[in-house]
This record gives sequence, C-alpha cells and structure tokens, in this order.
Amino acid sequence: MRRLLGSPALGAAVFAAGLLLAWQVLVDQKLISPVFFPSPSRTLEELWDQVASGRLWDPLAATTLRMFYGFALASLLGVVLGAAIGSSRTAREFLAPLLELMRPLPASAIIPPAILFFGLSAKMATIVIAFGAIWPVLLASVHGFANVERLLQDLCAALRLSRRDYLLKVAFPSAMPDILAGARVSLAIALILAVVTEMQASQPGLGQNILLAQRTYRSPELYAGVVTLGILGFLINRLLLLIERRVLRWQAAQQ
Amino acid sequence: MTRLLRGTAIPLLLIISWEIFSRTGSLPMDTFSRPSAIVAAGASGLADGSLLTATWQTFEAALTGFAIAAVLGIFFGVVLGLAPRLEAIVGPSIDALRPIPAVALIPLTLLLFGFGLKMEASVIAFACLWPILIVTVVAVRGIEPRLIEVSNALELSFAARMRKIILPAALGRITVGLRVAIGISLVVAVTVEIVLNPRGLGYTMIVAQQQLRSDLMYAQLVWLGLLGWGINALLERAVSRWPGAGVPGSDA
Repeated sequence: MRRLLGSPALGAAVFAAGLLLAWQVLVDQKLISPVFFPSPSRTLEELWDQVASGRLWDPLAATTLRMFYGFALASLLGVVLGAAIGSSRTAREFLAPLLELMRPLPASAIIPPAILFFGLSAKMATIVIAFGAIWPVLLASVHGFANVERLLQDLCAALRLSRRDYLLKVAFPSAMPDILAGARVSLAIALILAVVTEMQASQPGLGQNILLAQRTYRSPELYAGVVTLGILGFLINRLLLLIERRVLRWQAAQQ
Repeated sequence: MTRLLRGTAIPLLLIISWEIFSRTGSLPMDTFSRPSAIVAAGASGLADGSLLTATWQTFEAALTGFAIAAVLGIFFGVVLGLAPRLEAIVGPSIDALRPIPAVALIPLTLLLFGFGLKMEASVIAFACLWPILIVTVVAVRGIEPRLIEVSNALELSFAARMRKIILPAALGRITVGLRVAIGISLVVAVTVEIVLNPRGLGYTMIVAQQQLRSDLMYAQLVWLGLLGWGINALLERAVSRWPGAGVPGSDA
C-alpha cells in the first residue's frame, strides 16, 4: 500500500478521487446543501445528459467561435503593430506612449463604451475581446521584432534585402517564439472576455448559460458549465502549446 | 525632447480633433461626448465624492480578494514547496482548477453569497491565487538547500523556520507574484462589477452608459486608466527596491 501510494501518479489520482468522494458523501448525508454544492455525481449526470442530448454543443461552439474571432483579430493587429513598433524607431516613438497609456485599462472597462457604439451585439463582443487580448501578443511581438539577431540584420543589409522581405523572411520567423508565447496568454484572456461579454451583454454561449442556471437555481447545470469552461481552457492552452512545438521545431533542431 | 513631442503628438492630435469635430457636430454627442465635457464630468464626480466612493468600493473588494489569495497562496505555496512528495499528490488536483476562467465563478459565487463584497472578493481571490501560489512554490524550491539544513540542525520550530529562514529567502520572488496578482485583482474587480455586482467603478460605468451619460462614462474610464497606470508605476518602483526581485521564475 505504501509503495502504491508512493508512486506519484497513483497518489494524485487517489487524492483527487478522495476529495470528490468526500464531497459526494457530505451531500448525500445532507451535511452540505445540494442547492449550493450539488454532488459530483449530479454534476456529472448533468454533463453527460448535455453531451448525450446534444445540448452542450451549441453554446460550446458559440463561446469557442466568439473567443476565436476576438483572438484572431487581436493576433493580427498585435503582430502588425508589434512589427511596426519593434522594427522602427519612429513608429516606436510615436505609438509606444499612447499604447502604454491604454494598456493598464482593464479590458472589461471598455464594455460600456463598446455597448454604446455597437449595442449588445456579436460585433461588440469581438471588439472587446480583441482589445483585451491584444496586449500580450503585441508586447511579445514588439520584443521579438526588436531583438532580431544583430548578425542577421547585418546580413540582410549586406544582401540589400527589401524592407518587406526582411520583415517577412527574417524578422517574422525570428520573432515567432515570442509571438507564440504571447498568443497563448492572449488566448486565455480571449476566453475570459468571451464569457464576460456573454454574461454582460446576453450573447448566447456558455457564459450566458451558467448565469441563467444561477438565476433559476439549477446548480448542477451551473457546475457542469464551470467544468466545461475549465476543460475548454485546458484544451486551448494545450492546443497552442502543441502548435508552438510544431512551429518551432526548426529552432529546436538548430540548437 | 523630440521623443516627448513625438510621444504626445498622436494623443494630442486625437483629443483636439475629437473636440473640434464634436463642436462642429460631425461626432454625435450621445456616443462620443467631447473631451471638455468629459473633464467637466470627471471634475464634478471628484467634487461631489461619487467617483471616490465608487473607487473605494472597487479597491476594497480588490484588496480583500488579494489579501485572501496572498495568505492562502503563500501558506500553501510554502508547504508544497517544502514537501515535493505532497506536491506530487496534491498538485494535479490543484492544476485541474487552474484553467477555470475566474469569471466563470461569478454565477457560482452569486449563488453562494448574493450580491456584494463577499462574492466579488471571492472571485478576485480565486484569480489572484494562482500567480502567488506558483511563484511561492518555485521560490521555496529555489532556496539554498544548506539554509534548510541549517534550520534542521538548529531544530527550529515550524514558525521560527518560516520567519527566520524560509520567508526572508523566498520573499524577493514572492513579491513578483504578489505584484502580478495586484494587477489582476483590480481588473477582476472591475469585471465583476461590470457584469453584475452593483457596486464600485465598473457598476457606475455601466449605469452611466445606460443613462446615456457618455461624458460621465468616459470620465470614469479615464479615471480607471489613470488609477491602473498609477498603481503599476508605484508597484514597479516598490518592487525594484526589493532585494532579490525581478529574478527568473517570475513569468507565471
């Protein structure tokens, strides 16, 4: 027994199972209220029911797409702006202070003005998400484009590479590790803001669903939604790590 | 000097043309408002104290949540950092909670606590816990092993060991996590208020928007930006004076 518990993976699984079991027993014995803490089996049942009946997919797809649109817009703008600021001193001097001023603003704080301009719409959500998610990828791109290896820069100058070719063929690949690391943070923020806009502006998706579940005291559904969001968050992080490893394989080979 | 000029050129140009186009009527007042009206709304908000009350409510929640996260994060971080075996067993269960977006807990905490400070602070605490916990575990792991051996040899009690050896050795790195968490706490506070909690700056912004008081709404937005910027600057100075701060492992 001692040796079994000694193996870390098994120990971890036993611990997790023990926690869930304790929760289950506490609810079954009516020691804690199932209205606030529905038993794990009820939550699992609800989750399974959602999967089996297909009720899960529409909101899941809506949230994922919303997150993705905002993230795509943020990445595109972030890399383009980052390339400009990172590779040109003039652009840096003109733009950096403005961006420094906007950066500390909590992303959700632009929801009220965004609603004023775009109403409670999907467009509003995309813009809020893009605004919030742009910073990590932008800062990472600035760093990446500003720190292209000196030797490479000199080589490009010697080869009289056009500015476009330099940016596309040399600077962009060399900034890639930074950009991807920033993008991973951006994607996590995009998911958070997708949920926020769904709750604030009644856009369909997981965020709206868990808020509705709370209002009607359907707590197993609420917990199932939180679990789904947790799994989604985990998966997108893993996906980006995978992409990172794939795209950067040349770099690992180089070292 | 030219640097300063270039840096302020675009913001100034934007603000001036905003004011001019607003006065000529090409920018609708109810969505764009105008800089002079925004400054006036901000000044009256400061004068009658409404802006400061809302700011205090936001700060109160942010600091409460942050304090809870700091105590829990440092305590469990030290325990898990000192006991790698325990960490291997408990760690995966903790990791399973981490990917949950903090805002997903808004409905859950609303169910538990209802509207108010408690629900807001608990969402903030959840969001702030992770950077503090992770950085503390890493910091404690990074303590020179001989220091720990010394504390074993001296047979110090757990409290004395904490106070005299572990915390002083790890504090530099832990501060980095705390700094990240402070930033998060303010962002999450405003977010919870904007989504549904009827208190603080986030809520007053949403109310101003719904009343079509765009001048007031922008004034609060600018105020929030200034606060965030000021806190960032303050923290940067405070942390840079801390011995051992800014070391690797801070990228939580």
